[in-house]
Amino acid sequence: MEVFKNVLCPFCGCCCDDLEVEVDSNKIINVKNACALGRGKFLSIGEHRLLKPLVKVDGELVETDLEKAVEKTVEMIKNSSYPVFYGFGCASCEAIKLCLEMADLSGGLADNISVVCHGPTILGLQDMGIPSATLGQIRHRADLIVYWGCNPVEAHPRHTIRYGPLSSGRFVTGRKSRRMVVIDVRKTPTATMADVFMQVKPNSDFEILTALRALVNDLDLEVEEVDGVPVAKLEELADMMINAKFGALFFGLGLTMSYGKEHNIEAAIALVRDLNKKTKFVMIPMRGHFNVTGANEVFTWQTGYPFCVDFSMGYPRYNPGETSAVDVIARGECDLLFIIGADPCSHLPHYIVERLKNVKLVVLDPSITPTVKMADVAIPVAYVGIEASGTAYRMDGVPLQLRKVVDPPPGILSDVDVLNRIVRRLK
Amino acid sequence: MSGKLLIKNGFVFDPVNGVDGEIMDVAVENGRIVEDVRGTDVRVIDATGMVVMPGGVDVHSHIAGSKVNSGRALRPEDHYRDYEIRRPGLRSGVGYTVPSTFVTGYRYARMGYTTVIEPATPMLKQRHTIEELNDIPIIDKASFPLMGDCWFVMEYLEKNMLKECAAYAAWLLKALKGYALKIVNPGGLESWGWGRNVRGLDDNIPGFNLTPREILRGLCKVNQMLNIPHPIHVHANRLGQPGNYQTLIETMDCVRDLYNGTKPVIYLTHCQFNSYLGESWIELSSGAPEVADYVNKHPHVVIDIGQVIFSSATTMTADGPFQFQLHLLTDYKWVNADVECETSAGVVPFKYKKRSYVHAIQWITGLELALLIKDPWRVFLTTDHPNAGPFTEYPRVVGWLISRKAREATMKKVNARALKRTMLDSIDREYNLYEIAIVTRAGTAGILGLKSKGHLGVGADADMAIYDFNPRNIDLSRDYKLVRRALRRAAYTIKTGDIVCVNGEIVKSTEGAILWVNPSVSQDLENAVVSDIRRRFRDNYTVEFENYLIDESLLINSRPLKIKGGV
Repeated sequence: MEVFKNVLCPFCGCCCDDLEVEVDSNKIINVKNACALGRGKFLSIGEHRLLKPLVKVDGELVETDLEKAVEKTVEMIKNSSYPVFYGFGCASCEAIKLCLEMADLSGGLADNISVVCHGPTILGLQDMGIPSATLGQIRHRADLIVYWGCNPVEAHPRHTIRYGPLSSGRFVTGRKSRRMVVIDVRKTPTATMADVFMQVKPNSDFEILTALRALVNDLDLEVEEVDGVPVAKLEELADMMINAKFGALFFGLGLTMSYGKEHNIEAAIALVRDLNKKTKFVMIPMRGHFNVTGANEVFTWQTGYPFCVDFSMGYPRYNPGETSAVDVIARGECDLLFIIGADPCSHLPHYIVERLKNVKLVVLDPSITPTVKMADVAIPVAYVGIEASGTAYRMDGVPLQLRKVVDPPPGILSDVDVLNRIVRRLK
Repeated sequence: MSGKLLIKNGFVFDPVNGVDGEIMDVAVENGRIVEDVRGTDVRVIDATGMVVMPGGVDVHSHIAGSKVNSGRALRPEDHYRDYEIRRPGLRSGVGYTVPSTFVTGYRYARMGYTTVIEPATPMLKQRHTIEELNDIPIIDKASFPLMGDCWFVMEYLEKNMLKECAAYAAWLLKALKGYALKIVNPGGLESWGWGRNVRGLDDNIPGFNLTPREILRGLCKVNQMLNIPHPIHVHANRLGQPGNYQTLIETMDCVRDLYNGTKPVIYLTHCQFNSYLGESWIELSSGAPEVADYVNKHPHVVIDIGQVIFSSATTMTADGPFQFQLHLLTDYKWVNADVECETSAGVVPFKYKKRSYVHAIQWITGLELALLIKDPWRVFLTTDHPNAGPFTEYPRVVGWLISRKAREATMKKVNARALKRTMLDSIDREYNLYEIAIVTRAGTAGILGLKSKGHLGVGADADMAIYDFNPRNIDLSRDYKLVRRALRRAAYTIKTGDIVCVNGEIVKSTEGAILWVNPSVSQDLENAVVSDIRRRFRDNYTVEFENYLIDESLLINSRPLKIKGGV
């Protein structure tokens, strides 16, 4: 038996990098230090596995070999007038680079899954900036931690222990020296841990944030309550924020995807920015997939823009609302969708998925997903971070190495190897 | 790396070898300068009537890493008007103040620059910096890790464990593929962890029994002990504050006694931002004469100017408290990015306007520094890209240096009160091309300790720039616009013997190297220090020790420089 230490967990944006994976004859038999989600991924890589490349012939998916699947893909990209390259939440940065090169070469469009998760965070950032920090700053210094519209206990299970209220740092040690606030529309398991839980009505975040900001700036609110929350309670929270030595705001899709979207984020950024005039305060988005942050980073350094990048004019063009994958599919402009590290048929809005009936689909995925079932070409790849190495970025932008602990099933390559074969023939 | 090349009949400017515009041939074989090349396979470039210089070496330009990328992400409006269309063999991308990686490489090569240093990278995010450097084509590059406010460094210095601190610094450079020690606002970054700053060299740093002076002196000694080719690279305290020239001089002076008469011991970067006289913004004036006077009298100091260009800029530094103050001052959008146990960072867009009193003072201060410091080997041309302006505007700065007329043309348009309160108008000095070659390549390569760069002697890297203007036929001072145009688009840029640019167009994209130093220390000391760091690593960081290291295989083109440390 071999034990791999310091393994990065390729599940959520926490990117815990202290896993110990026990491997016996190329089979993972145990995973230590991981949460249930991460452990589950490591132990279930054999399930629902896509093992052979599939090509659609007369409406039926039939098995083929890798060479033919790659050839077919290259032909489809060459014949496409506007290919869209989409996904990347579960792909390594190395794979993302190759897809951007393809999009650039073919005059297509590249977009990543932030378009359906933290896209509004990016739009808010482009309007306002963002006062942020790495997670360790919070562990060492934060005496107030606010979770807004997110539920780490279920979605990022080790967040509270490694980086949040239960962590222990140099200047602030342990749960007792920190206060924890949860703001959500329902009492989540995270809320039960909190010192203060503020239940708000769905879609009232913008109003609450704006009211809090007014209070932080010493303005009086001439109402009794804001969207059902008593002003006295908001005042109490505003005081907690001002009096913290170091405060941190974590926010999730509850804020980005509820009514108001980027305006919610802008209100949150304005609040945290103003708090910095009185004390130290930072904010970090709770990114979902383990490398969606990396997708934003690679997109940005290669093209200047974090997502929604259109190359149809020969240079990177960015206009979310016009150049997102969702926009382009909705307008029926895309004739080929190339997917890696995502399952859009499960996650995109239903009316968009219906549009995909008229679009050719190429999917690189380790397992059989609804998108694979709809594909014209599906190519199996290794699980990156388990069966292949690479680079991923944690939710706070810390880059880390994904490690290979077992070999993929026979005949299956990493996504980087498959993409290299495609790119080489496109040039 | 191609075969043989002969550059004939150019006016060669090679200050390291004392060549001042003489007509000479330069021969290249296998990527290096050689005595002579022969054979039928020699490619000849006729440089008759052109200027031949070593490839440009930029010692301080923020081109890669997490804060640069934050700047890119923050500023779509910066990119909209400035883009590069994809051409065969080349990638598309965007500018302007924070260009995408490919465009960065192309634009430097277009100006005849072949080596560029990213001067501030947080160690925890070094992998990001390396990934971006890998994606910058053509040019050679290196990065300086931000060590000044690193907890391990501060703890060793607190206990006066200099040898251990040196071994740690050596290990860090080796493990993370860094090139020199960077110190930004010493003590101020750790204070910024609490939303505070330090006010001077003798403030106590919260949470530590240490002062900025002790960090500077400690790391300066460490740098000497390890024989690192570049001196400590310092962004001084109180950047961007009125009256800060005194702090700058104190910073220079605090390591004066460590100079042993051989090479400079401290490098002060973008000094323009640290050379302000006056108690407030209203009374702001240039402290450049005072600073220049100090530099002229003290050979232990080297500086670069950080010249302001009147254009848009994106300010980005590891100096978190400064960036926040700038945000408060301007109300522009603000990114803050603290890094645990190491540093902070901030990004704020900016625009320098000719009519603004303060901006005019900043412009004047930079030029005064360049013109009043007598020795061109100790003052270098930078714009602290993209803080005071984009690197693509270097030719404009050269224009101001070589021509009083060029300065007068700009002075006519800048704030008159600022001119009245400074002495720029009374300075007649004009740089010659020999001096320009020093402040843009020979001097910068020298202070970086890059022995094979910045000159055209036999054995040097065949990195060259050929500019299409005849220095004997024109008067630099009068025809500065012609020179400026020629410098913007090199007639030829040669990188490691490959012709990469012809008449300002990139003709070939190559992989530049990443340079890093590998200082040796005694094995016992290294083992002891590494095991100490490893033991305490989890207490400090939220990543594992093994995942902090950068494997050399991550560098597409790695070029380590082995040096013998003295501990």
